[in-house]
This record gives sequence, C-alpha cells and structure tokens, in this order.
Amino acid sequence: MTDAALTVNPAEPKPRVGQSPMRRAWLILSRDKAAIGAFVVLMVIVLACLAAPLYAKYVAKSDPFRSNLSGSIEIDGKAEKIMQASTTGLGLGVTPIGPTWHGQYMLGADNQGRDVAARLLYGGRNSLLISSAATLICLVLAATIGISAGFFGGWVDMVLSRILEVLWAFPVYLLAISLSIVLLSQTIVLGPIEISSGSLALPIVIIGIIFVPYIARPVRGRVLSLRESEFVLAARGLGIPRWRILIKDILPNVTTTLIVYIPIMMALNIVTESALSFLSIGVQPPEASWGTIIQDGQGLLYTRPMVALAPGIAIVLTVLALNVLGDSVRDALDPRTKMR
Amino acid sequence: MKTIRHLKIAGAALAVGLLAQTALSGVAQAQDREALMKEHSGGTMMLGAVSAAGTIDPHVNYTAEFWQVFQILYDGLVKFKQASRAEGYEIVPDLAEAIPEPQDGGKTYVFKLRDGIKFADGTDMTAEDVVASFQRIFKINGPTSGSFYNNIVGADKCLAESKSCTLEGGIVADEAAGTVTFHLVAPDSEFFDKLAVPHASILPAETAATDAGTSYIPGTGAYMIESYDPNDKMVMKRNPAFSEWSVDAQPQGYPDEIVYRFGMNEESMINAIQNGQLDWMFDPPPADRLNELGTQYADQVHVNPLAAFWYAPMNTNLAPFDNVKVRQAVNYAIDRNALVNIYGGPVLAQPTCQILPPEFPGFEASCLYTENPGTTWSAPDMEKAKQLVEESGTAGQKVTVVSEDTATSRAIGTYLQSVLAELGYDATMQAISPNIQFTYIQNTDNNVQISVSQWFMDYPQASNFLNVLLSCASFNEGSDASINIAGYCNEDIDAKMTEAMQTAVTDPESANKLWAEIDKAFMEQAPVAPLFTPKNVDFTSKRVGNFIFSNQFRWLIDQSWVQ
Repeated sequence: MTDAALTVNPAEPKPRVGQSPMRRAWLILSRDKAAIGAFVVLMVIVLACLAAPLYAKYVAKSDPFRSNLSGSIEIDGKAEKIMQASTTGLGLGVTPIGPTWHGQYMLGADNQGRDVAARLLYGGRNSLLISSAATLICLVLAATIGISAGFFGGWVDMVLSRILEVLWAFPVYLLAISLSIVLLSQTIVLGPIEISSGSLALPIVIIGIIFVPYIARPVRGRVLSLRESEFVLAARGLGIPRWRILIKDILPNVTTTLIVYIPIMMALNIVTESALSFLSIGVQPPEASWGTIIQDGQGLLYTRPMVALAPGIAIVLTVLALNVLGDSVRDALDPRTKMR
Repeated sequence: MKTIRHLKIAGAALAVGLLAQTALSGVAQAQDREALMKEHSGGTMMLGAVSAAGTIDPHVNYTAEFWQVFQILYDGLVKFKQASRAEGYEIVPDLAEAIPEPQDGGKTYVFKLRDGIKFADGTDMTAEDVVASFQRIFKINGPTSGSFYNNIVGADKCLAESKSCTLEGGIVADEAAGTVTFHLVAPDSEFFDKLAVPHASILPAETAATDAGTSYIPGTGAYMIESYDPNDKMVMKRNPAFSEWSVDAQPQGYPDEIVYRFGMNEESMINAIQNGQLDWMFDPPPADRLNELGTQYADQVHVNPLAAFWYAPMNTNLAPFDNVKVRQAVNYAIDRNALVNIYGGPVLAQPTCQILPPEFPGFEASCLYTENPGTTWSAPDMEKAKQLVEESGTAGQKVTVVSEDTATSRAIGTYLQSVLAELGYDATMQAISPNIQFTYIQNTDNNVQISVSQWFMDYPQASNFLNVLLSCASFNEGSDASINIAGYCNEDIDAKMTEAMQTAVTDPESANKLWAEIDKAFMEQAPVAPLFTPKNVDFTSKRVGNFIFSNQFRWLIDQSWVQ
C-alpha cells in the first residue's frame, strides 16, 4: 500500500535549498512534454492571429470586413463567382464559394462573400485579446477582493463576501447575457470615457466581472489559511506592520494561486466570449470573433460547414492547449491545490 | 336590314349560349368540387411553426401566422375571396348576403345578414352579434381600433372611453329585418378592406371584452379550435355547426383535423416534411436548404409573390440622415442584387427602389437610384453616391445599423454596414432580438439612425404602404407605436395622400395614378431605401394536394387535402 499523495515523481526535480517556487516550477515545466506541446500550439495560434493583416493583404487579397456579394475570383485560370446561385431545379438558393485550398478563399466564403480564413485570423485576435484582457481584469479584481476579505476579516470580509455571494447567486451566463443586453444597447459615458455600443471593451469588462467570485473565494480561503500560518504569526509577534506582512508574506503566496488560474481562466473566457458573440451580444460587427464566425456559419451548416467548423476547431485547439498548460502550471506551482 | 336582324338573332343566340355555358360551367365546377370532396375529404393535416403567434383572439392578434389560420375559423360581413393569387384580393360577401351599395354619398352602408348561420357553440349569428363585435374591438383596445375603425360614427367616443363603448349612431342593428347599418364620419374607399380582415370578425355578443388569450372564442368558420397550448400545439377540428353558405368566402375544408405544432426549429421541420411527419411549415426554409429543396423536392415547393418589401428606414431627424443627399447616396450605393442573393437568389426576390410592390394597386415601375435611372434597377452607382456624401460633408460620422437578430435581417444589416463604411462612415451594426427590434426602431428615444425592416400589406390598397409607413400621422415621437420609422413628415405629400384616398371612393383608377405619383415623390426625398420584394416559399409534404396560394392571406390551408 502506498499513499499516492506522498509518492514522489522521480522525474520531478528535487527542491534545493534557496530555490524559489517560480524557478522550481519553471524547471518542472521545461521537462513537461505536454506543457511544451500545448505552449507551442498556443504560440502558433497567437502568431497566426497576429499576422492576420498580412494574410489578408498578401494571401487572401481581400478585405475580410467588407461584403463581397457580387464579386468573383480566378481559380486555376477559371473565373468563379463568390456567391453561386443555384442553376438546377427551381434555382432556389445562393451558396457561397467553398474551400478553394488556394490563397484566396482557402476556407471558402461566408454569407457576405468574405474570406473565412482571413476572418478566422482576425476573429482569433479579438477572441484572444478579450480572453486575455478579461482574465487580467478578473484576476486583479478577484485578488483585491479576496485578499482584502481574507486578510482584514471582520466587517470588510462580511461586506465583500456578501457581494460575492450575490454575484455567485446568478448563473454565470444569465449574468453575462443580462449585462450584455443592458450595456450593448447604448453608448456608456463614464466622465471623460465614452464606450460605444460596439466597443470591444464591453465584452472584456463583462466577462472580466462575471468570473470574479469564482477566483476571489479561493483566494480569500488561501489568505485566511495563510493568516493563521506560523510564519505570519511569527511576523506579527515580531511587531512587523500589517501592510508589510501583506506584501512580503501573503501576496507572494497568493500569486502562485493566481498564476495557476491564468490559462484556465483564459480558456473559460474564450468559450464565454464565443458563446456571447454567437448570441449577438458579444463582439459586434464589423469586428469579428470566433463566436461571430460560428454564428455566420450557422445558416450554412448544410452547404458550407467549413464556415462554422473552422472557428470551432480553432476554439477547441486553443482551449485544449490552455487547459493542458493550466494543468501543468498548477502541478508545477501548487501541486496541493485542488481546483474548485 | 336583314343583315342587322340576322346579326341581332346571332347575338342573342350567342348571349344565351354564353349564359348557358356559364351556368353549366358553374354546375360542373360544383360537381367537380363535390367529387373532389368525396375523394379527398378526411385525414389529419400537420402544420408546424418555430413558435406560436400569441393570443388566438381574432380582435387582438395581428400576425400573418394566425391571420392565415383565422380564415378557416372566423367570418366577417365581407371577406377576401378564398381563391388563387390576385383573385384573393377580391372582396366577396360573407356573413352579409351581398356587398351593399353606398348611400348618403358613401357614408352609409346597409348589410343584410344571411339566415341560418351558427357559431361553433350552436347559437345563431344575429345582427346584435355584429354590433357587439364592433363595440368589442374598441372595448379591448384592439390594435387597429384607432386606425381601421376610427371612421365609424361614435368611434371617437369609444377611443376616448373604451370600456363604455356603444358606437351609438355608428352601427345600428335591425333584428327584425336582419340588417346592420354602418354610418361613417366620411366616405372611406377602404371600408370593405377593413371589414374583410380578421380584426372585424363577428363573435358572439356575450364574448368577454378582454383578450381571450389561449381560450377559443366560438366562430362561424368551417373549423373550430379544440385545444391551444402556445408551447405545444393547436388542434382544429371541423365545426359541427358549420354548413357551407359561400364557396368564395368560407368553403368547406378537406381535412377532418388540422394540428399546428409549435417549438420545432426550421431545420427539423424541413426534415419532418421530407419524412412525411409534417405537411407544411409556416417559417421560410433556411437558406442552406433551399438548393436541396429546389432540386430534390421541386414538386413540393411552391414559390409565390408577396405584397411586401424589405427596406432600410433612415431617421430623417438624426444626422447624417437628416440630409437628403445622404439618404439618396445610400439608395444609389446599395447593390440590390447582392441583397437578393442574401435572401436566396433571383427566384426568391426582386430588386426594387420604390415603395409599392409590383402588381399592387398604384404601382408604376420607377427607379431613381440606379446606374441608368428608369423603370427598373440595374446596378449601384457608387460614384454618384460618394459624390453626394462628399457634398453633404458628413463622411466620417458614426452610423449604427440596427437589424433583427435573425439570419436574413442580420445579413442585410451587415451588408448595409459594409456599404456605409465604403461611403466613408464609421459604421457599426447592432442585431437585437426580433421580439423587440420592431418597436425599438420605432421609438425616437432610442435614436436609431438606420435600420432593417420589412412591411407586409394588411389589405391591397396603396395607402396601406404609403400612408401607413410615411404619413405625418404615423410619426409619434417617443412612442413604440410610430410606424413611420423614418420620422419623415411632409405636409404637401400628406395632402396628396388625403386627396388620393378621397378620389378612390369614386374613381379608384385616378386614385391609383395619384398613388404612383406619391410613391415617386417619397422616393425623391428618400426617407427609406427600398431593398427588394420577397417571394413566399412554401414547402409541403408529398401527400398535400390542391395547393392554392392567395396573395392576400397566403396558402389556403383547408383547401388542400392530405388523402
């Protein structure tokens, strides 16, 4: 009989005296093949998305934000209409050009005659930007609330915990949809800042807010446990000021927890953004995201499934890579933590 | 002289012959119908729709989905003929014996009611029911009480105090003579049209003056509703009290039972029809199935024109569309063929740059905003459009297109956003729920600049497009009920529309010429950008026979058979 929790992985580097948890985690990650694979996939996706303007200009040779319903392209010396009207039977329906597997319209066109591959890359930029920025907002807010509630306790904890519970009481998608419908219908003016209804800032803020309770609660729990730990009690006994304990002893120990959440939250945020955009309450035209492209492809599932499949595959790959990376980061940084 | 006498004899013989032929043909038709009834009567017809259309109160419901169903459930004094295509625009007597002649210069009409007509609950239909039904339209604040029936004497009092509505002096019943007399404030050329829509259905006098919701109100039609659950289905069965009195108005139907299912999506309904589990679907087939239907199921597909148009109303009170040059530029820039492609191709839609649809009263082909202005649209004129935008000095301004969050409307909105961006505007598109979009774009408080909308006629009169959509009276600031979405008010054109409506009482042809001029006058000011005239696609199961499409209320459900 062995206790699995006590089993030591022989491949895992043994901690050395004076080695920081970050350094140790980095060493573990650098030997984790799954983590490296996930990181490479993620980087390929990110770089491809960053190269979207170059792809649109030099490969697709079209503006992915402009409708091209009457245009045509040349494939193997033959002119092909981008929107092809049926010529058989009753002549009903118009079908966008399918994947050409050439530079132009490689993955075909959507119902506006736009290059799906170019839109996929542009959409990826927005999906990744929203998920990253929302993750940042979420972690900053959650850390501030969780640390304040856990460290100061008393009425601060009571007030913040009740606010989190109210937010938690709403199903996450219901909350996101409600916020989106209210905020997207008009331009929001906050002093000198004006956020128009189509701004990307709105989905970023909305997605950033809805997951705060899900991070703040574990952070508060961690701080509560750290507050009673021996080294904090010793620091208190030595008369070290509270702010110094907070910065020197509590924050570094919470940071690892927060880092573990980054890839997982990013994956979750990509899915949430896609869901909201699919429901027309996320990214607004002319901007694109993987969710809006799936929505565009919904009406073409029978004739041009690639329009919906391509962003779907991109989401699956990205989320899978982020989850694998997240698991590896968690194992490397905080092997005792169980995600909730 | 002899020749003339011979000619007279020949003429008389011909007339007699024609009369005999007409009579014989009528008898033959009746016999044909009887034989068809015997052969095809019976069975259960299965219909489907994505969702139910709300209340089944015919005085309240204002949807194409249920107006079609009300044709077999209810009757008015007159009715649109249950006949194919444009013949469906003809108004025929229904509960009244005949269409009455106007009296008092078109301000009085006396309807003689037919004898022996019963409601589905077995009670007799009387003159009292007619008066009570019109009072009820006001008592429940019916959606068209203020627009369709406000010309009846006493309607003003009913509109002010609906609960105590009597329409005193407006509608007078004479039970003994079996007549109902209508007194109008002013002659109305559309009076019979307004009496022929389901809002003027005759219901039992004791019907409560509240929206019946999901409860069935007994009608006089060939069918009655046995049960209705908007989340599941509506079951209609033959009305046991029904006895056919007019094939034109309320013919006996073929199926014994009609079941209308709600809650399936378009894709699953298409599959169900292909598999013979459903006979017809209300909603248009999804775009990605059209080619399949047109090739593999061509004999089950029915394409018919609609008296409707898709258009982009531009808010004439908000920048940049408060400038006529910008509105004209948008009209010039739109590639209507591209929009036809979005809708499903040239078989399913026709480009248009005027308000009245083709083959509609008052329609005269005209297109100001095309490469070569004339009678039809040929191609966009982007150069001219850009020049007009430059002259207006509005380039760079922010513009938001508001569309419905449905596949077609969203695609059109996206296209318009793209066109506006090409014209130099900072354009975005917002798709909002179809449940609220129509009222949202009407309310001036929402500051909607340009939107995507559609209009389907209530009855075949030019005023139902031009007067309803663009008169000053249809513009109500800050209200959800401001159907003049463009907020355009031109008193000169308003005066012309009043003149056209007055002319129509005595001279419909001259009135239609006036309406054609009004259509052009509106388009010169371009408060809207007409996009295309859609066609209706019905996909029926293999067993459905005798498909008849009326231009007024679309497919005549019970005139098709399933066995």
